[in-house]
Amino acid sequence: MVDINDIAFLGMAAVVIGGAISALEAKEIVYGAIGLAFSFFGVAGLFFLLDSPFVAVFQITVYIGAVAVLILFTVMLVREGRWMRDSLGSLERLVGILTAVVLAASFALAFAASDLLKSAEQSTPPSFVGIGQFIAGPFAPALELLALVLAAAILGAMMLAKVERKDRP
Amino acid sequence: MITLDDYLFVSAALFAVGVYGLVTKRNAMRLVFSVEMLINAANINFIAFNRYLWPAALGQTLVLFSIALAAGEAAVILAVVVVAYRMHDDVDVSELKSLGG
Repeated sequence: MVDINDIAFLGMAAVVIGGAISALEAKEIVYGAIGLAFSFFGVAGLFFLLDSPFVAVFQITVYIGAVAVLILFTVMLVREGRWMRDSLGSLERLVGILTAVVLAASFALAFAASDLLKSAEQSTPPSFVGIGQFIAGPFAPALELLALVLAAAILGAMMLAKVERKDRP
Repeated sequence: MITLDDYLFVSAALFAVGVYGLVTKRNAMRLVFSVEMLINAANINFIAFNRYLWPAALGQTLVLFSIALAAGEAAVILAVVVVAYRMHDDVDVSELKSLGG
């Protein structure tokens, strides 16, 4: 019997992997960035299927709303014919594909050998109320630190762009 | 019936695609794409393990932190890419030697 959840899972998995492959193999990098956005969206769909709607909405807001748009902006800002080239020998591609296949096969073998996964059953989904309790409780110092890290990242990005403009006439 | 294994297989496939990009590509933007894929694969694992093996929302909390860190990291990398493009008119990472000692 085919469940609606199975179809949704297969569709989302296809979007995730297809988007990732097209992000790397599209001739134009702009199309690659759009494929990457599709891949992010598929990951958010997987989060929904895993009963984590809060994280899924966060994923859509931050990744598709901010990171993908930032990447598209950068791609269009530095868009010129010379940097679009993607010189790739067939030997390099073969080595890369072999590495990926060996890695994926070793992961799959490890999953198949694990006893933990076979006993895993879906219980009641964890409530997102728990996220707030974790963030306000034991993760409060990490949250403060994260705010500092984000501030440092923004300041660093601004400084990088500013210094370059000054020493180039 | 979708089990934990299926989510882990999707995550492993996404990770493998990201590693393929890191190994083969020389374009800085493609490397940024690859790193984002690796982070997303790890996030899928966190959420899947949390859903099947743990009753509290610990994994979801960690993924929220991970997403925020990845956003900051992407901002810095993209600033570096823009600066490198202005200095060298090129984003081939094998040509960027000025950071070497």
